[in-house]
Amino acid sequence: MKIGVLALQGDFELHAKALGRCGIQAGEVRKPEQLADVDGLIIPGGESTTLLKLMHEWGFVPALEKFHAQGRPIFGTCAGLILLAREVESPAQFSLGLIDVGVERNAYGRQRESFEARGSATLEGRATPIEMVFIRAPRIRRVGAGVETLAAYRDEPVMARQGSVLVATFHPELTDDPAVHEYFCAMVRKARVGVRAAAEGEASLRKGVRAAADGEASLRSGRPA
Amino acid sequence: MADANGLRIADRKHIGLAEMLKGGVIMDVTNAEQAKIAEDAGAASVMALERVPSDIRKDGGVARMSPVKKIQEIQKAVTIPVMAKARIGHFVEAQILEALGIDFIDESEVLTPADEHFHIDKFAFRVPFVCGCRDLGEALRRIGEGAAMIRTKGEAGSGNIVEAVRHMRAIVSGIRRLTVLSPEELMTEAKNLGAPYDLVRWVAQAGKLPVPNFSAGGIATPADAALMMQLGAEAVFVGSGIFKSSDPARRAKAIVQATTHFKDPAVLVKVSEDLGDAMVGIETSKLAEKDLMQTRGW
Repeated sequence: MKIGVLALQGDFELHAKALGRCGIQAGEVRKPEQLADVDGLIIPGGESTTLLKLMHEWGFVPALEKFHAQGRPIFGTCAGLILLAREVESPAQFSLGLIDVGVERNAYGRQRESFEARGSATLEGRATPIEMVFIRAPRIRRVGAGVETLAAYRDEPVMARQGSVLVATFHPELTDDPAVHEYFCAMVRKARVGVRAAAEGEASLRKGVRAAADGEASLRSGRPA
Repeated sequence: MADANGLRIADRKHIGLAEMLKGGVIMDVTNAEQAKIAEDAGAASVMALERVPSDIRKDGGVARMSPVKKIQEIQKAVTIPVMAKARIGHFVEAQILEALGIDFIDESEVLTPADEHFHIDKFAFRVPFVCGCRDLGEALRRIGEGAAMIRTKGEAGSGNIVEAVRHMRAIVSGIRRLTVLSPEELMTEAKNLGAPYDLVRWVAQAGKLPVPNFSAGGIATPADAALMMQLGAEAVFVGSGIFKSSDPARRAKAIVQATTHFKDPAVLVKVSEDLGDAMVGIETSKLAEKDLMQTRGW
């Protein structure tokens, strides 16, 4: 199993280290074709405007939509969440819309207002203490019906999941606490079984189509295939 | 202030902001219009200053913190983090920048120093600082004072990458040297470096600095940016190189692409096409000692 970290800009190195602490191989993803080699993807913190420009430049938008449609999990922290959200405000900007939440950028203020807090997340049905570092963080202003809130800070959602998409407004990769990354690794492990079965199904389907075409060709030419 | 692994260094949230800027380009801007060009090109942050370094070099006089009004205009124009420069040791300029809500203060040798002996006590602030350095000792002194990010100085406003290369190589080889010293050698090494012993010991074990290390001073082309990244920089600052070139928007975008794809020559070819003229640049070995900015800092 291998998990990719989008390495266009941001704290991708720390996410790769956090995955390493979970015993998972991480791979830096700078081009869309590298997505083929990974079972899940982390979109790190960084500057969402910078990440957006680089994503558009290199054709990541359709590639990530396909990646998601195949059921492979994606985890976005901070800027990563902003890119995955359904809608973004202050300012309004393009986003992938892969999780039904609305976010406001830099919603606590500038770096002077960045902060750390201790909290609790509900992971696999268990309350788990977590350390949260918020850096020029966004706020989740709207949570859609199909979205599960996994952690809250002052009664506002700060970590959420919808199907194969996990998001957090804070940075678990800045702490030594592996709980959130372990949770995402488990998501990828479970999804992998389904994604593999689907890929094998598609491959055998292709084989069948090819066999049928060969059969038809041989029928036409009157020679055995 | 944090106490990570027994070290007295900058707060985790401040070092964290530096982590978020990795793989990015921080561009010098003097007004809102330039800031917008930088953001549109994909800059991870902008640095507000009164004049770009090559103009400071040309015009002479005392170089100070950017005027408050200019900083506010820049803050209004963009959503990316805004940095600004304060003079070395000028803690009141830093207090003003903190009150303005600047995201990162650069205590910078590019401005005329306000104190010839002491740098700012960076632990006294609620916003992070970046400081320049030419070697490992200088880097560790600044980190010991609370800097959340280090940048190699290079020679600002020169358009010549040679000094940036020299400083990055000095840091990287200084770190490598520490990792092979035995424990009893570290105290003397700390004395020779003029660096805090605890930090020397930490770097000897970790094989890296406890804060991100970026590169500045002389980057004028996409190839320069990629060179610094391959030498070990984790992000780059570009000063005069963008707005002193013939097509700033295009060059800014190309340097952003080159910083992300620094290991990919095919991309470097593509982004280096049709860039127009780079800034002219100066042969730094011909500069008199008194005209160097990199020697400011203690």
